[in-house]
Amino acid sequence: MSNQPVLDVNNLKTYFYLEKDVVAKAVDDISFSVYPGETVAIVGESGSGKSITALSIMQLINKPGKIVDGSILLNEQDLAVLKPRQMTSVRGNHIGMIFQEPMTALNPVFTIGSQMTETIRKHKKLSKKQAHEKAIELLRTVGIPRPEQIIHEYPHQLSGGMRQRVMIAIAISCEPELLIADEPTTALDVTIQAQILDLLLEMQKKYEMALLLITHDLGVVYEYTDRVMVMYGGQIVEQAPTKQLLKLTKHPYTQGLLSSLPNIDQDMERLGTIKGTVPPAYNFPKGCRFSTRCPFVMDRCKESNPALTELEKDHYVRCFLYDGGDKA
Amino acid sequence: MTLKTTESSQFEATKEVEKEILIDVQNVKKYFPIKGGVLKRTIGHLKAVDDVSFTIYKGETLGIVGESGSGKSTLGRLLIRLLDPTEGKILFQEADITHLTQRQVRPYRQDMQIVFQDPFASLNSKMSVEQLIEEPLIVQGRLDRNQRKARILEIIEKVGLRPSDRQKYPHEFSGGQRQRISIARALVLKPKFVICDEPVSALDVSIQAQVLNLMKDLQDEFGLTYLFIAHDLSVVKHISERVAVMYLGRLAEIAPKNRLYENPLHPYTKALLSSIPVIDLDEDASKVKREKIKLSGDLPSPANPPSGCTFRTRCPQAHERCAIDRPELREIEEDHFVACHLYDNK
Ligand SMILES: Nc1ncnc2c1ncn2[C@@H]1O[C@H](COP(=O)(O)OP(=O)(O)OP(=O)(O)O)[C@@H](O)[C@H]1O
Ligand SMILES: Nc1ncnc2c1ncn2[C@@H]1O[C@H](COP(=O)(O)OP(=O)(O)O)[C@@H](O)[C@H]1O
Ligand code: SF4
Ligand code: SF4
Ligand SMILES: [Mg+2]
Ligand SMILES: [Mg+2]
Repeated sequence: MSNQPVLDVNNLKTYFYLEKDVVAKAVDDISFSVYPGETVAIVGESGSGKSITALSIMQLINKPGKIVDGSILLNEQDLAVLKPRQMTSVRGNHIGMIFQEPMTALNPVFTIGSQMTETIRKHKKLSKKQAHEKAIELLRTVGIPRPEQIIHEYPHQLSGGMRQRVMIAIAISCEPELLIADEPTTALDVTIQAQILDLLLEMQKKYEMALLLITHDLGVVYEYTDRVMVMYGGQIVEQAPTKQLLKLTKHPYTQGLLSSLPNIDQDMERLGTIKGTVPPAYNFPKGCRFSTRCPFVMDRCKESNPALTELEKDHYVRCFLYDGGDKA
Repeated sequence: MTLKTTESSQFEATKEVEKEILIDVQNVKKYFPIKGGVLKRTIGHLKAVDDVSFTIYKGETLGIVGESGSGKSTLGRLLIRLLDPTEGKILFQEADITHLTQRQVRPYRQDMQIVFQDPFASLNSKMSVEQLIEEPLIVQGRLDRNQRKARILEIIEKVGLRPSDRQKYPHEFSGGQRQRISIARALVLKPKFVICDEPVSALDVSIQAQVLNLMKDLQDEFGLTYLFIAHDLSVVKHISERVAVMYLGRLAEIAPKNRLYENPLHPYTKALLSSIPVIDLDEDASKVKREKIKLSGDLPSPANPPSGCTFRTRCPQAHERCAIDRPELREIEEDHFVACHLYDNK
């Protein structure tokens, strides 16, 4: 792992201004880095801010949303100061993104081939014919059978797994340094999920990319990633190398998540639960955001929000049980 | 009809249980016509459920797993006659309900309920919680107004909602709470049999755990029988006593859950189980080292299934015979049924 991060996010805040005095703090002061060749997971339940983090990095936040604070550096270049044109070039050449539902990311009225050659030619000086050949080669690389034929088909003619392969082919077409995959397999069956995740890791090795994998599945985190950040209420509550985080879990929320998973190797009469529900982003409790559901809640948790603190080397936790310093 | 079997598992002491069959499914098929051409004539059939036989015992939870489109929901809807079978027989407590008209089936309806996956779509947004839960009682027409109100209050508390929630509307609730409303609606008639069609798939894990615990508690309290459909194999294992695996409209394997998860016999079940990402923290210590079997290719279309064994296009052990003969579901060891030619000589 080199010392120079590909991606460096500092104190990012992305808010949605819903109505007068109603602000959804979708992402609220998060900082993290991703290093070359690394696979980093963002895990969390729906609404915790995972997708908005990804879209913020891509500079794809639209009204009523706004990046209100912080910096996002890609190879030391601040993305916030780029003009829209320059950012378009960054999105193709340096960061690739794969979305949860490939059907929404692919245009239904164009063939796979025309969408691929268009993307390729936007970023590379190739003739139509060369781009077409490059597209076929890419489809073959991502394991699409009969690419010469598939290239003339429309998205709806393909299965969910095949569409996700096409998305991967498009995302890697310009060999980006960073690939962001937002729940790339959530809509797929488990046998297909395994194929797609294996493919992502294979492509990552082949093109030496860093991979930011967003998921809500801790099993996927365990099997496929090096490091993991757990998000709750728009913030990172725990961050550590994957095995360490899952073995020596510190944060009460992460512990709760793990205990509520049915274990396939062990019979349990009852599952552990986290009481209550996730508070909405426009109405977080005062103090620790998990305080309304935490079994260990103390008086001070209701007053102030703990800071994300490095407890052990590379293991960060946001919780007063470990006596993190107060933070407004 | 009663049947005596020995159920053994690694975790429970061996016990003798009297098993009473609640539902008996015999060679059931559901073919949907495929229309085409300008005249919209039937040009073929989509075999959503293709010759399926099994039994559901009283008080058990039978889990059904399988890929999207394998026919799980169609099978569930057939069993409670929300769909008409193309062929085959369905017996509910020994009564043949296969060909009953919707009017004739009504007396059975209160014994057979269904909870759907999507708690957002399955509840009428214009009705209050009280109206939603009262509706099946009104249709049933056995209780007067006061009796209905009392029953609603009782069930509301059982599913973990507050009495004050009765006046609220579905949009005022979270996904997990809406699923509690659906469950209340299904249980208010005190049914014997409940089909749970992916009831927790749309929920976050912490909420999923709350709903699964609730469903187990209610089963114990009311002596319910569940058919639990899901694509999450660990959820199915948690909740079920027996598990059936579907592939392209057919049953591949059916067995008591520990047998199926520890010793899967069908190549598809093996692949399915080994594809689940699991947190295996003491890898070195674990007895069974998980061998990963990765399948290639996609599920073929049920409109044009492969000949012989429908799994053969993806099966790592497919051989000549598999393209010719369709493997029948046979009992290979006690209570363990498999449809695969690898076990022809057993
Ligand atoms: N009313 C219908 N008309 C035509 N085809 C149908 C109908 N209902 C279901 N099918 C088809 O039957 C097959 C089985 O569908 P079914 O909904 O039972 O699958 P499933 O196993 O429940 O899948 P999922 O996991 O996605 O819910 C599919 O190919 C589906 O498209
Ligand atoms: N376009 C939007 N308008 C208003 N609020 C939004 C919008 N997009 C996301 N949010 C809110 O931001 C929070 C984080 O959302 P998101 O990042 O999509 O969550 P995740 O991907 O973790 O499920 C949620 O509370 C969500 O409701
Ligand atoms: S700070 Fe307090 S409420 Fe928050 S997670 Fe820690 S113990 Fe729980
Ligand atoms: S019958 Fe043949 S193709 Fe089918 S599962 Fe068995 S070995 Fe595989
Ligand atoms: Mg998301
Ligand atoms: Mg279904």
